[in-house]
Amino acid sequence: MLAGDPALTPIAGGTDLLVHWPGNTDARTRDYLDLSRLRPSQSEIRWDDDAVTLGAMTTYWDVVTDKRFREHFPILIDAARQVGAVQIQTRGTWAGNICNASPVADGVPVLMALGASVELRSAAGAESIPLDRFYTGYRQTRRQPDQLVTSITIPRHQRTTQFFEKVGSRRAQAITKVGVAVTHHNETGWRVVANAMAPVIIRCANVETLLSSISPIRTPDDLLPAIDADMTPITDIRSTAPYRRTVFAQILFHALRQRNLRVSVDAR
Amino acid sequence: MPKPPEQPTTSITCTINGQSVTMDIDPAWRLLDLLRDHLGLTGAKEGCGEGECGACTVRIDGLPANSCLVLAVQAHGRDIDTVESLDPESLDHLHGSGATQCGACTPGVVMTADWIRNNPETLEHDTIRSLMAGNLCRCTGYDGIIDGVRLSIERDANTGAKPCAS
Repeated sequence: MLAGDPALTPIAGGTDLLVHWPGNTDARTRDYLDLSRLRPSQSEIRWDDDAVTLGAMTTYWDVVTDKRFREHFPILIDAARQVGAVQIQTRGTWAGNICNASPVADGVPVLMALGASVELRSAAGAESIPLDRFYTGYRQTRRQPDQLVTSITIPRHQRTTQFFEKVGSRRAQAITKVGVAVTHHNETGWRVVANAMAPVIIRCANVETLLSSISPIRTPDDLLPAIDADMTPITDIRSTAPYRRTVFAQILFHALRQRNLRVSVDAR
Repeated sequence: MPKPPEQPTTSITCTINGQSVTMDIDPAWRLLDLLRDHLGLTGAKEGCGEGECGACTVRIDGLPANSCLVLAVQAHGRDIDTVESLDPESLDHLHGSGATQCGACTPGVVMTADWIRNNPETLEHDTIRSLMAGNLCRCTGYDGIIDGVRLSIERDANTGAKPCAS
């Protein structure tokens, strides 16, 4: 169907699309491809020895209630529980969050920090794209109009360090102002992913390099040069660039220190 | 009799409060619109239209959801439960705990509260307060609601009452 009509927009849980629906004439007059009847088949979660595969219709709640994630990927549960509230978590899908491509998406940074990739399929065939190469610009992805995401694959690498910090106006039903997802793997090293900081969710390569180095980190300010090299924070209706810059450094520093990671022992 | 839509274009069949319902719908309808405007089930309220307040909470296949964020077409093949399906006795403990004042949030609140009570395993890793975070209330300050939910769960534990499958 998508091959025949590139203007067709797939809809899964629809929790972002349906916001203020009655007044959204533009959205109501478009054509949609309803994916919801693909549950339960497309919401299966498969655990293999080397990877976990989330079917495209897997919701946040599917992950929250699957005990295996608590043991192996608690960062996913951390993020899922901070999306909206229960009523949103039972409907919103990880794949929908990826494809919606909002800069404040909460599912995307934790998947990116776990080295996840998305599988896409069209009439022409299938391909797999690492999530940290999936975004090409503000709300732009490498999904072609005739492709659907069919699954998300997460490698089962032992990442003993994994955390997600979200700053918002409230503990629930809040859109992220500053967010960071961090993982560490003994062989592949650090992944630091920022959301709500820039028009695109990005890995912070310079911060990752700093964390891999032996340069002392004694205060949040010691993170700022790397942060500045990685991004120019935005000012928007939710927050300002200076706030984002300062708070990002603070939450990253304190999250590392709490876990006795990387921050110098004599930090004040 | 449900009002016929102005542009009938698609038919759905679903179960609403245990009854099978088949009808023609306008694909632009939200589930909330279908329930309130076309099925006379006005318990669910449009408090915000953006999935923040929870006044429109229903259960879809047993799980709470904001009906203002669900397209009616997506109800096809699903089990939908609205506040009209709740046993009034199940709400007894909310009366005495100060869980309701003006009542605007109450239909949504009791839907989520009833779900928690019937699914106590959700409290292994979450608190009542955090699970109720999708239901906003301007009057009670929330403590009365949370006390009422906790009392009903304790009562279930004391009487050995089995939670209903949901």
